[in-house]
Amino acid sequence: MRKVSLDKLDLLFSAISGAGTLYIPVDTEAGSKYEKWESGKTLSNALNTVRSAKDFFFPQTENLMDFKMEGKSIEVIDTRSECEDFVIFGVRACDVKSFEVLDRVFLADPVDSYYKNRRDHAVIVSMACTKPRETCFCGTFGIDAANPDGDVVCYKTDDMLYMDAKTEKGAKLLEKLASVTEESDDTAVNEQKKVIAERLAKLPLAELSAEAFGSGKTSVFFDAPEWKELSESCLGCGTCTFVCPTCQCYDIKDFNTGHGVKRFRCWDSCMYSEFTKMSAGQPRLTQLERFRQRFMHKLVYYPTNNDGLFSCVGCGRCLEKCPIQMNIVKVMKKLGGSIK
Amino acid sequence: MQEIKREILISKASEMLNSGAVDRVLGWKKGEFDYDITPAIFRTADELEKEFVWNDFCGANFSKYLVKETGKSENKILVFLKPCDTYSFNQLLTEHRFDREKVYAVGVSCDGMLDAGRIKAAADGISAVHEDGDKVIVDTLYDGSLTLDRTAVLPDRCVNCKSKKHVAYDELLGSDGDVIDSARFDEVEKIEKMTPDERFAFWQNELSRCIRCNACRDVCPACTCEKCVFDNPNSGVENKAAANSFEEKMFHVIRAFHVAGRCTDCGECSRVCPQHIPLHLLNRKFIKDIDNFYGEYQAGAEVGSCAPIVNYTTEDLEPGEAVERGDGNA
Repeated sequence: MRKVSLDKLDLLFSAISGAGTLYIPVDTEAGSKYEKWESGKTLSNALNTVRSAKDFFFPQTENLMDFKMEGKSIEVIDTRSECEDFVIFGVRACDVKSFEVLDRVFLADPVDSYYKNRRDHAVIVSMACTKPRETCFCGTFGIDAANPDGDVVCYKTDDMLYMDAKTEKGAKLLEKLASVTEESDDTAVNEQKKVIAERLAKLPLAELSAEAFGSGKTSVFFDAPEWKELSESCLGCGTCTFVCPTCQCYDIKDFNTGHGVKRFRCWDSCMYSEFTKMSAGQPRLTQLERFRQRFMHKLVYYPTNNDGLFSCVGCGRCLEKCPIQMNIVKVMKKLGGSIK
Repeated sequence: MQEIKREILISKASEMLNSGAVDRVLGWKKGEFDYDITPAIFRTADELEKEFVWNDFCGANFSKYLVKETGKSENKILVFLKPCDTYSFNQLLTEHRFDREKVYAVGVSCDGMLDAGRIKAAADGISAVHEDGDKVIVDTLYDGSLTLDRTAVLPDRCVNCKSKKHVAYDELLGSDGDVIDSARFDEVEKIEKMTPDERFAFWQNELSRCIRCNACRDVCPACTCEKCVFDNPNSGVENKAAANSFEEKMFHVIRAFHVAGRCTDCGECSRVCPQHIPLHLLNRKFIKDIDNFYGEYQAGAEVGSCAPIVNYTTEDLEPGEAVERGDGNA
């Protein structure tokens, strides 16, 4: 384990950015967000960023390819630029877990090469959560905020940042940082893990259980009468899906620029009325069906297709941002409680 | 702190449900935390007793829900409306968006609704929020209790409240107030005074954060089109996500134009924006210009009023004049 004094974070960041473009969470007037580090930019004290870290691998919009027409011939132009190595610093345990959820979608056959390109070039430096919020419930999905995954895991105490490599990629990064860090035992880190564990156990949502849900439960919940009440005041906006670290639906469209055609991909939302519209029409006619889709996907369909893994990581962003304060916790409590 | 107590609202709603005068109540339902409140339909007095809440976090404006709700049933629904909500209510009636006969409107006096986001920004982990006069006491998970000034955690729409007067109701709980000569256009004036480049940069910066979740549109009581042009794949302008920063501007500017003269300045767009974009300032610019060019006009102040910009008169000023009177900044 390595350590560095918090007043030398600028030196540390400078050293990391030597290994690849560094992104850190910084404070802005609209909350915390990831920004490219440059000297003078300081680490946010917020628990997490408003938008999730999925943006690094699955950006809101991306140009997939261009087409150029001349006469009767169409030239297909690959618009991809080779991705350079980059480091994401300060990713919380929930968001690190979200990468596994996304990987199972984008890296499954056929591999999404755009996504893979970015994944391959990223080093994840995670950070344990010393002050989880009332909206946090990662523990419900077996995630431990005191022991995040990642290539390197960090622990921040009052005066020190401790760093431990968890993968080969992480070990390589720490080697490069040897001149600005020093060797440390794990006493302080173990002490902090204990404090975090106690705090996690006392969180208001600590008792929330996902036991009722999971693989193969479609018929149990699909026609539950509770969906009506739960979805009744849903506005049908896409906030929950866009701040969610695991929502991964997208749309692909062609855009005529006047000089050719651009094919781009953008986030889509199951909450939207035109989502997955087909030639036969819209399969989910009312907001109840769209709302149900989102939560069934997180709690039942995804686990069914992915060895029981839930596609919610309990980050709490939907609890923070839903305009009408309806969210997965309320859905789970209402539905889970009705199953004997 | 609200003047009217929760029990008074519950008692009124229960009485109306029990007598059969209404069969549903549109109200606020308590959630996991003190600030966590969801608009909900209550059908029994028992549900009201258990889950109805009325406190400083009941910011949601219910007027727009009436469009859908009144279409669902022949029976009456009771709705609680704060003063600013009543303007939206009237505006929707003016646009014939719901049947007035199917609604029993109960006006509730309002002392301003707190912005949970501002409280969360001040506290790491909240276990409870309560009030003591003009102070807000926040019990935190790690740092004991924090005392905040109520005015510091009010959103702009409440700091610059335009009216404590209910312009529509069947029955009023609490006292009625007056239209307020607020400072709501001060921020607009600041932006008007910018150079065109500065102003462009200001909005570029604000709108660059937009994630096109459409929450502003979906909550807006002036946005009640059955099918929004931006949701229509055949319109050619459907953009679920902006391909560049110009598209974000297009969406917001077109929306502001579309609601101009109909926007009552309820402020819901800014309340729900997950990216804290001050969207209400775009609408206020239109309101200010309408006041300036055609005489003071408040959308929703009366049912049936004709907004100046849809009411041509030969005295209307010419576009060129409008630019001049706007000091070149119109």
